[in-house]
Amino acid sequence: MTKQVISTSVSVGIATGLYGISFGAIGAAAGLSVPAVMLLSLLMFSGASQFAFVGVIAAGGAPITAISSAWLLGVRNSFYAIRLSPVIGPRGLWRLLAAQLTIDESNAVSAAQEQPKDQKLGFWLTGVAVFIFWNSATLLGAIGGNLLGSVETWGLDGAAAAAFLGLLWPRLRGSIWLAVAGASVALIAIPFTPAGVPVLLAAAIALLPFGGKK
Amino acid sequence: MISGVIFASIAVYSWKLLGYLIPARYITASRRQLAERVTVSLLAALVVLQGFALQNSIVLDARAASLAVAAALLALRVPYILVVLAGALTAAGLRALGL
Repeated sequence: MTKQVISTSVSVGIATGLYGISFGAIGAAAGLSVPAVMLLSLLMFSGASQFAFVGVIAAGGAPITAISSAWLLGVRNSFYAIRLSPVIGPRGLWRLLAAQLTIDESNAVSAAQEQPKDQKLGFWLTGVAVFIFWNSATLLGAIGGNLLGSVETWGLDGAAAAAFLGLLWPRLRGSIWLAVAGASVALIAIPFTPAGVPVLLAAAIALLPFGGKK
Repeated sequence: MISGVIFASIAVYSWKLLGYLIPARYITASRRQLAERVTVSLLAALVVLQGFALQNSIVLDARAASLAVAAALLALRVPYILVVLAGALTAAGLRALGL
């Protein structure tokens, strides 16, 4: 089934690439320079964290709040890495590279394969494909976004909202009340707290023992 | 801002690397569950922020329609990328109509 792994990996790469154009344009619209937007995609390379970082900056939040939001959203990558470590068994420098490519998509494609060989291949291929498409798309979006005009005209802010909902959706089963609580806390905090703080308060809510999976 | 970007990137990368370095015996079910809870709560907050916040106020604009369309498509199990595209088209379309 190696052929199927290759085609899945490439199509996931192309799909996230399309989404990467949104990220580039929104990043540029938030007032970040093209190199800063590119560094986010190259170095941070974790979509939700990148959008959170840029969102806080766009709303006028402090850098430390942007950094904390991005960092907290990255915690799930640790658990992907724990799952992937025995599967791909990276050593030395490969481990540093594998860590950088450990994201939602590479973990999901790997987890969907039955054979250990395909799980390993799925991780590397998807990680590399997403890295290439995501970064090329970010560059296009960051440069094109400046040329084309406002993020609003192209509905890219609507795309970003839909993208977050799409990431949340598969996690809602059994956690719907936690999601409602997180959303409510953010909604209540928006008028009263500096940009970025509502997200951090929502993270704190998750520490309370209620409404989650048992 | 470049230094903030680099610092945040290192912070995010540290999670990724940590997962490859810690021995499996330290990963308890409750820690795993806590990470999932933080993710759910954060994403829900980000949906609200990206969908309804304008600086320090809450507004209902074209983005709310994007979210409604996205939710309907997700319930129909439409692929992620089409959901994102539909979110863009909805907001862009409504604004083109002057709504």
